[in-house]
Amino acid sequence: MANTKEVRKQISSIKNTQKITSAMEMVAASKIKKTQDLMNLGKPYSSKIQEVITHIATSNSEYSHPFYQAREIKKICYIVVSTDKGLCGGLNINLFKSVVSHAALSQKNGQQACFALIGNKAKAFFKSVGGEVVASADNLGDRPNPEDLLALTKVVLDMHRDGDIDQVFICSNNFVNTMTQQPKVNQLVPLQHSEDESLINSHWDYIYEPEAKDLLDGLLTRYIESLIYQAVVENVACEQAAKMIAMKNASDNAGELIKELELLYNNVRQAAITQELSEIVGGAAAV
Amino acid sequence: MSVLKVNIVSSSEEIYSGEATMVFATGSLGELGIAPGHTPLLTGLAPGPVRVQNGQEEETFFCSGGFIEVQPSEVTILSDTAERADSLDEAEAIKAQEAAEKLLHDKENNVDFVKAAAQLAEAAARIKTIQKLRKNK
Repeated sequence: MANTKEVRKQISSIKNTQKITSAMEMVAASKIKKTQDLMNLGKPYSSKIQEVITHIATSNSEYSHPFYQAREIKKICYIVVSTDKGLCGGLNINLFKSVVSHAALSQKNGQQACFALIGNKAKAFFKSVGGEVVASADNLGDRPNPEDLLALTKVVLDMHRDGDIDQVFICSNNFVNTMTQQPKVNQLVPLQHSEDESLINSHWDYIYEPEAKDLLDGLLTRYIESLIYQAVVENVACEQAAKMIAMKNASDNAGELIKELELLYNNVRQAAITQELSEIVGGAAAV
Repeated sequence: MSVLKVNIVSSSEEIYSGEATMVFATGSLGELGIAPGHTPLLTGLAPGPVRVQNGQEEETFFCSGGFIEVQPSEVTILSDTAERADSLDEAEAIKAQEAAEKLLHDKENNVDFVKAAAQLAEAAARIKTIQKLRKNK
């Protein structure tokens, strides 16, 4: 039978672990609010820019931007948004699974795949799995800077412009609520037309300074940048929520383990006392 | 007196939201003064101050470029978060690409490392077996 000292040692070590996990849980819980706020702060920009783009796209049918043209798909680029740190349950691995299965499916159709990675975890994953990596960005922190993503966006969009890639997907987690985060793979380029009837039927137009084409070029790039930024910020919110849940589970499990070990400890102690008593009684009887 | 609804937003935050009687900004083709009832206009925004006048009050914001959308009763400024020089973007893009290449390069090193670790483990196991055999003798 295990001795009491060993069990006591084990209990105290698990208690220390529990302290750490519950502290991490609280840290994550306090960060959730902040990251969600960050997620909402970017919304006015993306909704406004979408409004403007929809309008230009519908009023200038003679000019079709490459981002809108669907061409034969030979190569696909996946922008994979992951976290920098672990300890957030299955958040990253679920996302990678859906990316890999999506890529495998398109490979079956004879399309090549390449990856642009955001976050350390994606880098580590694709390093071990393999795959062509065209650009990467990491260590963005809890408050990602839009500027830190520009380089990656530029690499991907330039590749699209030069015809190296024909389709771009963005893969990130969707924040449903604190308990649920859903991996999603969305098409970024070519942009999907949102055919808003009310806009097509209205006959007003902007004055463009300088040319509509130049403005559309700039605006579409900004739009895609903002979509990527939104995905990254949403993923950060997902990370904190998943981390909180994972750490809560870990703390709960540690609590259960401690309970079991305490029971064992009491059993062992009681057994030792009983044994000692019976030895004394046996000794006395022998005398 | 009619007023303009003014929204100044950047991709990471809402900078200003409120009403104004007049908005001054530097467009890519020159200075703009926008009063209520302006024709719909879409233009680029040069880096510079944006002044929002509401009656006697005036607020000034700095915008590092972007776009400005004008509707008769609404002005929306889509501000860039940072100054965007194409050369700067280029340098950053090259950096991102280099990081990716390094990742690929590291991968090869990593494979070697994994192989070496496996070989090491095998060697260690062999030594252990030999030691055990010796003890048993």
